[in-house]
Amino acid sequence: MLRDITIGQHFPGNSVLHRCDPRLKLVATIAYIVVLFVAPNPVGLALSIALLAALYKIARIPGKMILKSLKPIVPIVLFTAVLNLFFVTGEGEPLVHIWVLKIYAEGIRYAILLTIRVCALIAGTSLLTYTTSPIVLTDAIENLLRPLAKIHFPVHELAMMMTIALRFIPTLIEETEKIMNAQKARGAMLDNGTFTQRIKALVPVLIPLFISAFRRADELAMAMECRCYHGGEGRTRLKQLKFTPEDMRCTVIITAALLIICATRLFVPGLA
Amino acid sequence: MPNEEPMIRVQDVKFRYDPEQPAYAVDGVSLNVRRGEFVAVLGANGCGKSTLAKHFNAILLPEAGTVLVENMDTRGEDHLYDIRQKVGMVFQNPDNQIVATIVEEDVAFAPENLGVPPEEIRTRIDEAMKLAGIYEKREAAPYKLSGGQKQRVAIAGVIAMRPDCLVLDEATAMLDPHGRSQVMRTIHQLREAGISIVSITHYMEEAAQADRVLVMSRGRIVMEGTPEQVFSQTERLHSYHLDVPQAAELRDELVKIGIPMPGNVITPDRCAEELYKLLKE
Repeated sequence: MLRDITIGQHFPGNSVLHRCDPRLKLVATIAYIVVLFVAPNPVGLALSIALLAALYKIARIPGKMILKSLKPIVPIVLFTAVLNLFFVTGEGEPLVHIWVLKIYAEGIRYAILLTIRVCALIAGTSLLTYTTSPIVLTDAIENLLRPLAKIHFPVHELAMMMTIALRFIPTLIEETEKIMNAQKARGAMLDNGTFTQRIKALVPVLIPLFISAFRRADELAMAMECRCYHGGEGRTRLKQLKFTPEDMRCTVIITAALLIICATRLFVPGLA
Repeated sequence: MPNEEPMIRVQDVKFRYDPEQPAYAVDGVSLNVRRGEFVAVLGANGCGKSTLAKHFNAILLPEAGTVLVENMDTRGEDHLYDIRQKVGMVFQNPDNQIVATIVEEDVAFAPENLGVPPEEIRTRIDEAMKLAGIYEKREAAPYKLSGGQKQRVAIAGVIAMRPDCLVLDEATAMLDPHGRSQVMRTIHQLREAGISIVSITHYMEEAAQADRVLVMSRGRIVMEGTPEQVFSQTERLHSYHLDVPQAAELRDELVKIGIPMPGNVITPDRCAEELYKLLKE
């Protein structure tokens, strides 16, 4: 059951989006999120969703993957939508008036737009992780943050930590399963009991897990030293990030698309 | 060969983890490792064999005595990365040695640290992965590999530095028999490629394949010689809480009941050969 948890699910493929420079994808994703919030009108949102749908189509990622990525955030989206529904006050008479709760037409519109916006945001960032393997993404982050190294921001260390964390997630999940089984074999009740009982039952799982993680860290540090690790200075990389002409074309297209969406703000009245 | 300068020279090395304790983990050890040699180090748990191994690439520094790798003193800070590049080390648990999430990225880790140019990293890691027999798995995620494959990834990650010597600190201890034989095959291939091997092991069958066997007890080297010389002294090995290979054990039992067998029978093949000879008579 723990095995199903994956962080940054990668959906391998060979589309333009998969081949694209990860730095471009990362920057474009951030730009897309910004655009979602600067173009808060129905036309802008419709266009952003159309853009996203086109990109998913190009990347050949099945639609059910979008639903999968949206599933965990459904409660949050519903919650914020309901709050907006009741608390956004508009002009004129409320549509519905029950006790102290008033629903305005404005509120309904706002709730719908917000829901769409959050869903688009999640689907957009998921597209990044679907088309980019975590290690490549880490490289991109390291590369983009490189200028910060001048002001002594530990860019290389950060990237190294991310890589090692990604590397050890499956190992530690496996270990957790092993410890849970060992504790179950000694009569630990992990699956039933009240909420507090179950939390308490996790203590004998977490303590060995932490101790073993520290031991692993110690051994890993030694193995890294044996392989001449001495920080980011003077380090070369096997895979060099290259900005190809294809990436250039992608940049132009995506910039144009995002600008058009932004421009709708000027012609269509916004809500925010 | 005899006149050639040894690759690693260890002279009267003493080491203890806690300077307040009187007991030394390594208590006056001297040994040489020659180029291209396969040395097995045996000993019961806590005899100091792993501690000794960590002196070979300056992970630990001796309290007294010296360790010279290609005439470089491990205590000299200037040569630290030269020494670690020359003497690679593989540990027991492959899971705790693999850094990256893709096999080839992990194998590239050491050359990247050494500042090797990207094109050369590619040739080096391809060579290392082929030598370790995991080239087909170069794009796999390490956690999806078997124990033996993971350990060979770890070996390839060290070989990519192009070391002259590989120290294996119980590198087969956590593997199943299949994984162990995979790793042993790789070790023999490396040896043919001219790399010295120092293998610290609990498996007598592995030690029997070495050129030279050292036995440690309480921080000292107590026996040294060819596997034939060492494994013919069953009683003495037992006194250090060690076993002999099964073939040698069988030979001993046969000799005890009066069946003549030569002393150098330590591998199953040799044993079968001798038994065959006896049965024909």
